Amino acid sequence: MKILVCIKQILDPDMPARDFKVNAETKEAERGGANLVTNIFCENALETALQIKEKTSGKVTALSYGTDDTEDSLRKALAMTVDEAALILREGDSNPDAEAVAKVLAAAITKLGEFDLILMGRESGDWGVGQTGGLLAEELGLPSLAFVDSIEANDGTLTMRRQTDSGTETATVTGPALALITNNEFNVPRIPKTRDVMMSYRKPLEKFSLADIGLSAEDVSGSSFYEVTDLSIPTKDVQCEFVEGDSIDEKIGVLASKIQPVVAANS
Amino acid sequence: MSNVIVVLFGNNGWDRSAEGAAGTGQRLAQSTGGNLNVVFLGDASKEARDGAAACAASVVVVNQPELAEYQPEAALEAAQKACAEISDTSVVLFGNDTYSQELVPRLAHRLGGCSLADVQGVTADGGQVLATRSAYGGKAMSTYSMKKTPVVLWVRARAMDPATPGAGGSLEEKAYELATPRLTITSRDVLESEGPSLEDASIIVSGGRGLGGPEAFENELKGLATAMHAVQGASRAACDAGWVPPNWQVGQTGKKVAPELYLAIAISGASQHLLGMGDSKMIAAINTDPDAPIFKHCSFGIVEDYKNVVAPLTEKLNSMG
Ligand SMILES: Cc1cc2nc3c(=O)[nH]c(=O)nc-3n(C[C@H](O)[C@H](O)[C@H](O)COP(=O)(O)OP(=O)(O)OC[C@H]3O[C@@H](n4cnc5c(N)ncnc54)[C@H](O)[C@@H]3O)c2cc1C
Ligand SMILES: Nc1ncnc2c1ncn2[C@@H]1O[C@H](COP(=O)(O)O)[C@@H](O)[C@H]1O
Repeated sequence: MKILVCIKQILDPDMPARDFKVNAETKEAERGGANLVTNIFCENALETALQIKEKTSGKVTALSYGTDDTEDSLRKALAMTVDEAALILREGDSNPDAEAVAKVLAAAITKLGEFDLILMGRESGDWGVGQTGGLLAEELGLPSLAFVDSIEANDGTLTMRRQTDSGTETATVTGPALALITNNEFNVPRIPKTRDVMMSYRKPLEKFSLADIGLSAEDVSGSSFYEVTDLSIPTKDVQCEFVEGDSIDEKIGVLASKIQPVVAANS
Repeated sequence: MSNVIVVLFGNNGWDRSAEGAAGTGQRLAQSTGGNLNVVFLGDASKEARDGAAACAASVVVVNQPELAEYQPEAALEAAQKACAEISDTSVVLFGNDTYSQELVPRLAHRLGGCSLADVQGVTADGGQVLATRSAYGGKAMSTYSMKKTPVVLWVRARAMDPATPGAGGSLEEKAYELATPRLTITSRDVLESEGPSLEDASIIVSGGRGLGGPEAFENELKGLATAMHAVQGASRAACDAGWVPPNWQVGQTGKKVAPELYLAIAISGASQHLLGMGDSKMIAAINTDPDAPIFKHCSFGIVEDYKNVVAPLTEKLNSMG
């Protein structure tokens, strides 16, 4: 099986809210002292791909549209034992819209060759628009399934399990397909072994310009899908009333007296 | 004039999500001077048909065997065909559920429009559609100016006001020629749950990593939830640990809820969790750490080990009747 995983590098979503600042001019978050990391669902997708490869043999390619900084994310993917990586260097808009990204990824995939399975994250941890996967499926004309948490490959048939609002569903598809991956306890990303980290520097990581994949900067700029016109940090004035009392019993009594009326009104 | 379409799944009936989506659709149609149209994918109950016809100028029920149960490709193609038959559409709205989330970008692409997810507010002034939503895992709010028509969105419909009944509209059943699907959903496994869903609950008792394991969910928190007539939820940390099913998760990548009361037990209050429950009417917390971010969003809280609080609180509430 040939599997391609699209990964996005983002500002560490675990940075504490108190350190989070936005630039009202550029309408983007300030990096400050925060790290750039691979979006967690993309890492879940990498793990899913590697597990399929280990069971069936084949090859896993990681692809990202980003900047030179994004090399770190791709290098980490290689250390997780991905076979090869490709980086399309971004031109223009630093927050390209989902359609622009999908166009770039589609052109890159066409350039890289044929794949049996394309994996994406369900959404990114920065803007979280969750549109790129569905748009890419349409660009490539592939069937797709969202919220997939495990995939089995058997003689060209893929069996995917996905999470729904009320439980799970299983789907089968023959031929190339795209899946948007969500996390579960079986696709927790592996920590690269020291040896594999060293090996990763010997693996191919190719960089391409937009021209290399047959696109011009105009093809993907100009926010033709949507444009962020405002980004701000909401202020909340909630004053928490901490329940006080001389004994724990007394505190619990106060707590119960606050909760009980709401319960009575809603049952 | 420009029209608005609300796309619903017949199987879901006229639920709170359908009401909220229709309400938002109606208000948008009023501001664009167009009509509200409702499309049901799959057969819809009489209640759903009546609910839609009471507020929409036209109701289309796409009723054919391929749509009896959700299949991604059939639903996508049917939605595409039904939307294409309505002219001059500015906005297509979906509710907040797995299938809507999956269809939105693909439908937008097919209709030549643009799309966005988890929209909390949408306006259409002078033809310009603006959508507001959380960004950066709930740390920021963002506004998007949408650039192509139609604008296809899934919205937090349950939190939106229902439509006001207007002149009854037309109702039509349709069926389309659909391509043979390449991908097929072959089985569905619905997790049993008693009472209302998390999204429809008036009171939620949620637990987090600080509970230390599944036992507290099954014992103490379940008892408290029963005493409070509440539905149980959880943080991602608790779901990821496998202590409770994934569909208990509240937050950015979980359920978006806005109950009358949300009680967070041993949950720190990360922005991604708050993104899913920050609009609750009243938030309360039990946490050992007085500096836990959750307290910045609480009306009231108690700084204590949950082990010392939950069981006696349950008893106290039960005795108060
Ligand atoms: C892209 C992305 C999406 C995410 N989506 C979600 C989401 O949808 N939902 C979500 O919840 N999270 C989500 N997260 C994760 C989120 O950032 C936090 O990691 C998570 O919410 C933490 O869960 P928690 O509060 O249970 O655990 P912790 O942050 O570890 O907090 C545990 C709390 O328990 C308290 N505690 C410990 N012992 C006790 C005790 N005995 N009694 C009382 N209190 C105690 C501690 O003081 C602490 O405040 C997401 C993260 C990312 C990056
Ligand atoms: N710049 C990018 N490069 C590679 N993949 C991306 C990029 N942006 C988004 N993706 C993919 O699309 C998924 C969803 O992202 P989004 O639509 O931005 O929420 C991510 O998890 C990635 O798999």
